[in-house]
Amino acid sequence: MIPVEFDYKKAISVEEALEALSSGDSKLLAGGYSLIPAMKLRLNQPSMLIDIGGIASLKGIEEEDGQIIIKAGTTHNDILNNDLIKTHLPFFHEAASMIGDVQVRNRGTIGGSLAHADPAADWPALVLVAEATIDVVGTGGKRNIKAADFFTGLFTTALAENEIITAIRIPIPANGSRMVYLKFENPASRFAVVGCAVLRSSDKKTTIAFTGVADYAFRDTAAEQVVSGKILDTNTIADAMNAAVYGVNVLSDNFASEDYRRHLAKVYLKRALQAIA
Amino acid sequence: MSTMNGMVGKSVKRVEDKRFVTGKGKYTDDIILPLQTYAYFVRSPYAHARIVNVDTGAAIDMPGVLAIYTGKDVEAINGVPCGWQVNFKNGDTMKEPKHPLLVADKVRHVGDAVAMVVAQTREQAKDAAQMVMVDYEELPVVVNAAEAVKPGAPQVHADVPNNICYDWELGNSKAEVDQAMLEAAHITSLEFVNQRMIANAIEPRSYNAFYDEANEKYTLYTSTQDPHLIRLLMSAFVLGIPEHKVRVIGPDVGGGFGSKGDHYAEEALLTWASQKVGRPIKWTAERSESFVSDAQGRDHVTKAEMGFDKEGKILALRVKTYANQGAYLGTFGPAVPTYLYGTLMQGLYTTPKINVDVTGVFTNTTVVDAYRGAGRPEATYLLERLIDLAALEMGMDPADIRFKNFVPPFDGTNQPGYQTQVALLYDSGNYEGVLRKGLSMLGYDDFRKKQQEATRNGKLLGVGFSTYIEACGLAPSAVAGALGARAGLYEMGQVRVQPTGKVTIYTGTHAHGQGHETTFAQVVADRLGIPMADIEIVHGDSDSMAFGMGTYGSRSLAVGGSAIVKSIDKVIEKGKKIAAHKLEANAGDMEFANGKFTVKGTDKSISFGDVALTAYVPHVYPADLEPGLDFTSFYDPTNFTYPFGCHIAVVEVDKETGKVELKRFIAVDDVGNIINPMIVEGQIHGGVAQGIGQALFEGAEFDSNGQLTNASYMDYCMPRADDLPMFETTNQVTPCPHNPLGAKGAGEAGTIGATPAVVNAVIDALWSGGHKVKDIRMPLTSERVWRAMQASVN
Repeated sequence: MIPVEFDYKKAISVEEALEALSSGDSKLLAGGYSLIPAMKLRLNQPSMLIDIGGIASLKGIEEEDGQIIIKAGTTHNDILNNDLIKTHLPFFHEAASMIGDVQVRNRGTIGGSLAHADPAADWPALVLVAEATIDVVGTGGKRNIKAADFFTGLFTTALAENEIITAIRIPIPANGSRMVYLKFENPASRFAVVGCAVLRSSDKKTTIAFTGVADYAFRDTAAEQVVSGKILDTNTIADAMNAAVYGVNVLSDNFASEDYRRHLAKVYLKRALQAIA
Repeated sequence: MSTMNGMVGKSVKRVEDKRFVTGKGKYTDDIILPLQTYAYFVRSPYAHARIVNVDTGAAIDMPGVLAIYTGKDVEAINGVPCGWQVNFKNGDTMKEPKHPLLVADKVRHVGDAVAMVVAQTREQAKDAAQMVMVDYEELPVVVNAAEAVKPGAPQVHADVPNNICYDWELGNSKAEVDQAMLEAAHITSLEFVNQRMIANAIEPRSYNAFYDEANEKYTLYTSTQDPHLIRLLMSAFVLGIPEHKVRVIGPDVGGGFGSKGDHYAEEALLTWASQKVGRPIKWTAERSESFVSDAQGRDHVTKAEMGFDKEGKILALRVKTYANQGAYLGTFGPAVPTYLYGTLMQGLYTTPKINVDVTGVFTNTTVVDAYRGAGRPEATYLLERLIDLAALEMGMDPADIRFKNFVPPFDGTNQPGYQTQVALLYDSGNYEGVLRKGLSMLGYDDFRKKQQEATRNGKLLGVGFSTYIEACGLAPSAVAGALGARAGLYEMGQVRVQPTGKVTIYTGTHAHGQGHETTFAQVVADRLGIPMADIEIVHGDSDSMAFGMGTYGSRSLAVGGSAIVKSIDKVIEKGKKIAAHKLEANAGDMEFANGKFTVKGTDKSISFGDVALTAYVPHVYPADLEPGLDFTSFYDPTNFTYPFGCHIAVVEVDKETGKVELKRFIAVDDVGNIINPMIVEGQIHGGVAQGIGQALFEGAEFDSNGQLTNASYMDYCMPRADDLPMFETTNQVTPCPHNPLGAKGAGEAGTIGATPAVVNAVIDALWSGGHKVKDIRMPLTSERVWRAMQASVN
């Protein structure tokens, strides 16, 4: 319950946060709903916390050039209640409603969640199927990372140590697109045992991603190939189930073994495809 | 029960909730004493290891550190005692190895305390504790009770061969039961585990101890269910300090569930060290510590067989249980799987031959002790699983098979109590009544039609029954003593009428969520005919109350409430003498009603308040009467009380994922007379949620190294509101014939009844789809249910 002693700095701008980040063993604090528990258990012992929760330029949701831009410091609750999201990305709205509880949604941020890269977090599956890009800034300047390149391992991302996520850019799906996120929750943590996101355009181009299944969220290209361009009938869905999660190192824990989790992933893919068929 | 002034049977809002819901409750951790210091414990990361060396050198120089104590410092002090003795079948006393305040030789479970650091602040104490260097030499580990008794298993205590604490049996002889089984047309047999549970009270354990040198007096604030018991055990059995020089206070306590009934080593250690350090010392468990150091519950490995004739009448019951006691004995540890378990094997049924055989076993796990229901849920789970399974196996209806076997109704007054084969004498019951009521609430015939329709639509819908009985109102002292209790189990109730007619009640029971301040005040208001606002209920301070045995075993109202009633009767009797004197009448002609003493057949009366004032200003007063109006009574019940009921669960199982959805939960509970229906309903709701938790969500998972692998809420699943349907609850009332309130107790009914109902419903759902599954290990996680379906032929 008691973390080791640490220094605390509240940054008022991204520049100030970057400057602080370059010195010593420091960590960024956004919502804190992953970092603080880890610090209280002394699993994480940074010497300084840089609080970016008060930086105004990191908050908000905008529409720009056919994209929805979610600033990194936007809370899950703000995403849940945003009209642009409800209109253009209804599955982001659904996913936000499934994250934690009210307290978590009020504090936790999308940028914090992506940077933390919990293997069972919800957002990674959604940014993958939506083919989002992650805007980051570091002392060396700005860059954009494709969601597909962002997740690289268990709690590991393409983010460099001195970089901060500033925004997530999501192309607005074409008219007539269908999208869904289904989640089988761990009953204790309410994190995804299996989360399956699917986005399908009216010309049947389909992207599929899983979270909770492996060390990090991934696009299931084999299953995508089965269903893209095809009518979602019973046979196609069965073929997609067969193709899904192929060659993936599936996680195993107290609640769900590897076999069961693999089975659940296929069942949830079926249900997701049925939901948008 | 008949009410005297309309205050009994009324859902009065809980008076204590004002302070709880406004954050003004005062818990042990809220108490900060002058010159407060803080303790932190160094606990073993291993389940079984020899301690080679403890090096405190670096830690003692850390900032703020005042003292560090290790096992060597407390070797001369007794360990924490066990309050209940269970004998071996051959008459030998149970094995009772020392449970030291701090371990010196070897650690026996993860979380075993090795050292205590005392520092100026909590943070300093924790930082320094991390600098205490302990060299361990790991030893082989045993966690499963049935494995621990096998030859060659690791030995938890050198002087306890085969880790067997006791072996014990109750009921008819094995030979008689074996003979009856031979005559059975059908035997239902089940091998199963009643899993380890963690109490998870919302308030972690917390203690604050100080020594007043000038008065040579110790004070301990403790998050306990039984302050007087802690004082007695700690002063007389552990520290050898004079009992009258120890004050134990249990302030507001945030949930106990049995786990705060124990006398813990940390309580004694802080009290002892507060004198050495010369400053008050406080310790509050971190949640991770609670998971490994609070007494846990259940953990049985059982084989049970129930024999039936061809009509479904039970002929015999045979039970063999290995009960995991953990690494040491808890305060009530050995009583739970014996006298609170074996004695309930009659259930509601007329089973003529019963033998229950229990082996109590030490393992490299946290201490196991009472957990809401304590023994009775384990017995009920066994019986109710067997009888539902028997109905499935024999193609009978689960309600019909129960009606065939119920003990017929008896009120315990006109009809005698029911003598069981397993020592207890049931007080009163109408068992078929609760099942009939439950079936009607369920709409049973309609349900079976829906189930058939669901089967046709490829769905798995199931119903599960549980008709339970429990022994509450612990306990008649002589009976408890004969069964091995090392204490009496009576209760104290003091009624102090103040000169202005206001009333202060001192009770030896202890409220940690139950609402005693409301229920007890209702009883007093009803009997004295005064407003509830004129009554205060005080509990939890050994210097304020004459004595007390605390709260557990659904005893507070039945035993503690009865003690208060005894004192009220004495107040009224003395009041009559005072009133008679003032009204120039005979005491024998006085009657008391509606808060007034009246001369029978006249309109001459005097109010309760006037009598109170006269008692303390005795100017016009009977010559042979003492002033004052203040009585203390001890009530020792003549029998246990026996609440019973019928719980019914309806579930749907997802065929593809195994996920169980609880659709309905019906609870018909007969807890005797009810003082506050809302509080009873609240107790049932909480208990049912906890019982459902055991069936579907909760359970400690120790790996083979003795590590608790789900020691946080990220992994240990507590039931939440959105996991549960709206409960459908009602009551039947069969008064307790042997206590003045007619109350039986309601605190544990939910956990006792609910668990088997839910599991039976899942099994029924699977059978409806052709999966003839006998058992699924609790908690019934989706994977376990899915695997059970995979493994059974559809």
